[in-house]
Amino acid sequence: MTGENTRVLVVDDEEIVRESLGGWLQEDGFQVSSAPDGRTAVELMKRERWNVMLVDLKMPGMDGLQVLEEARKLQPEAAIIMMTAYATVDTAVTAMKLGAFDYLVKPFDPEELSLLMQKVVAQQSLVRENAVLRKALKKEHRFRDLVSKSAAMQRVFELAQVAARSNSTILVLGESGSGKEVLARTIHEESPRAGGPFVAMSCAALTETLLESELFGHEKGSFTGANARRKGKFEAAAGGTLFLDEIGDISPKLQLDLLRVLEERKFQRVGGNEPIDVDVRIIAATNKDLKKAVADGSFREDLFYRLNVIPVTLPPLRERKEDIPLLVEHFLDRLEAEMKKRVKVSPEAMGALLAHDWPGNVRELRNVLERGAVVAQGDVIKPADLGLAPAPVRAPGANAPGEPVSLEEVEKRHISEVLGHTGGNVSQAARLLGIDRVTLYNKIRKFQLRRDGEDSDPSGT
Amino acid sequence: MEAIHLWWIGEKDPGARTLDHVRLHLGRALGTTVRIWEDPARPPDAYDTRRKQWSTSKILAWMGTAGPPGKVLAVTDQDLFIPILTFVFGEAQLGGRAAVVSTARLGEPGLPDPRVALERLAKESVHELGHCFGLVHCDTPGCVMGRSPSARDVDRKRGDFCSKCRDRVMRSGGEAR
Repeated sequence: MTGENTRVLVVDDEEIVRESLGGWLQEDGFQVSSAPDGRTAVELMKRERWNVMLVDLKMPGMDGLQVLEEARKLQPEAAIIMMTAYATVDTAVTAMKLGAFDYLVKPFDPEELSLLMQKVVAQQSLVRENAVLRKALKKEHRFRDLVSKSAAMQRVFELAQVAARSNSTILVLGESGSGKEVLARTIHEESPRAGGPFVAMSCAALTETLLESELFGHEKGSFTGANARRKGKFEAAAGGTLFLDEIGDISPKLQLDLLRVLEERKFQRVGGNEPIDVDVRIIAATNKDLKKAVADGSFREDLFYRLNVIPVTLPPLRERKEDIPLLVEHFLDRLEAEMKKRVKVSPEAMGALLAHDWPGNVRELRNVLERGAVVAQGDVIKPADLGLAPAPVRAPGANAPGEPVSLEEVEKRHISEVLGHTGGNVSQAARLLGIDRVTLYNKIRKFQLRRDGEDSDPSGT
Repeated sequence: MEAIHLWWIGEKDPGARTLDHVRLHLGRALGTTVRIWEDPARPPDAYDTRRKQWSTSKILAWMGTAGPPGKVLAVTDQDLFIPILTFVFGEAQLGGRAAVVSTARLGEPGLPDPRVALERLAKESVHELGHCFGLVHCDTPGCVMGRSPSARDVDRKRGDFCSKCRDRVMRSGGEAR
């Protein structure tokens, strides 16, 4: 095995060592450079990528252990071999614990050096092969920001790709946190409308009047407080895609308004008379069972058929647990970019993630990982860092027999459980609890509960 | 192709047979004339009293000024080292003019047949001169340019180049066969 593609950096303050070792390694075909001290080595690490670094332990200024620490941060894939004299073997052992690949005692036995370099080349080629395979696998299991290898999601990807090319209305169905908006955005980015705007709007957060004004805009003076003409989301999304989330929550009047827009491709601003042409592709989404809503009369059947041209159902995370390791890696990549911190998940923590039921789906997973990355001591997320509650086995508020609790305690537990159920989605939890968001926020604060679901933009599924 | 010189710089008399064997072997492997260079000069400051070994880098530097023109292989019976290694069988200037090889560790005591040590010397001579032709270590099984950090590794190699290394020698001015 020759080292033709292997870049080696020799770091030693003795010129004769740099020269003789460099010459020996060049005969093996390695591309060798050298640095006379730790600082130069760190500078070289910042500028170029190295596969192997042979670092002298004892150097004036920055010593070998400090160089090793920097190398672990700057180039974690590189194999670091410490070079030491007999007197510092103990330190070399410490270096191994800090992540050095191996150590050599000076002067080296030629056979030992040769075997070690062969071992390191083999390891580096595995690292490279692994990176290539992971990249290929990532590409295969990816549809832009969507990550999955499950058969159900692969079918979603295929359908979404086909649907993106058409201009038809798409109805995305799936539980809260399953990535409906991410899918909508992905479809938009894959569509001929990608150059236009993507406008997202939640239909659940607003009152009927406000929602109407948000969607269609209003003319000046059309209602109290309408001090100026305002364009709505339909106009803002002109030439692009309008994503209407929680479509199952809109009032009968708005259902009718929306139906008209879909049928006539025209609308009027609130308080206006002038018809405005609609050049928008609509992607609607809901976590409700719209067929059931149609059956019980709370959702218009004609609107349902208008929206349900291409239905796409996102499976909940608990039904595609094989995606969890892939998603974990995806989110850790994201977190690395955001937090400038690379963390790993310990095998035990991965076990806990796989065992969890994920009522809040991918959004919950992302939030749990973010929390884990923040609270982890060091660069490994352990089970305790995830803050995953053990699976609840009791009914809400239930207590062990003979342990009476206060009404307040029951309220606290119930809110906590509902928040767990919604994956931290406060709006949804508030609806389930039958209280408004502000009240829920106040209670969360009062009971010092976790509020990890405020952000409703899961960036992967 | 310019003739290659073979120069004994050791302490004891190597015997005519030893140098002649190496000369013939080199000539066959490199396809060129190899001449013995007779000069009693020895590297004056290459001996390291602390290590009790001879520094190859100092020998190679000295050969550049004291030796004959063109490529030259020095052979010695002294133990050789480079600062980072406990010993070396030989060393060469990669793509350069000079190479040196030692018999000191090629014939361990108790070797049943002295011809084994002679074969090893011939192989390592070709190997080091191969470096002067710009060759690096080769992974082709049996190729003389295979790395050989131990005498066992030398025994596993053939005495000539694989086709790939032969082509490279030819491209860099040799006439290897």
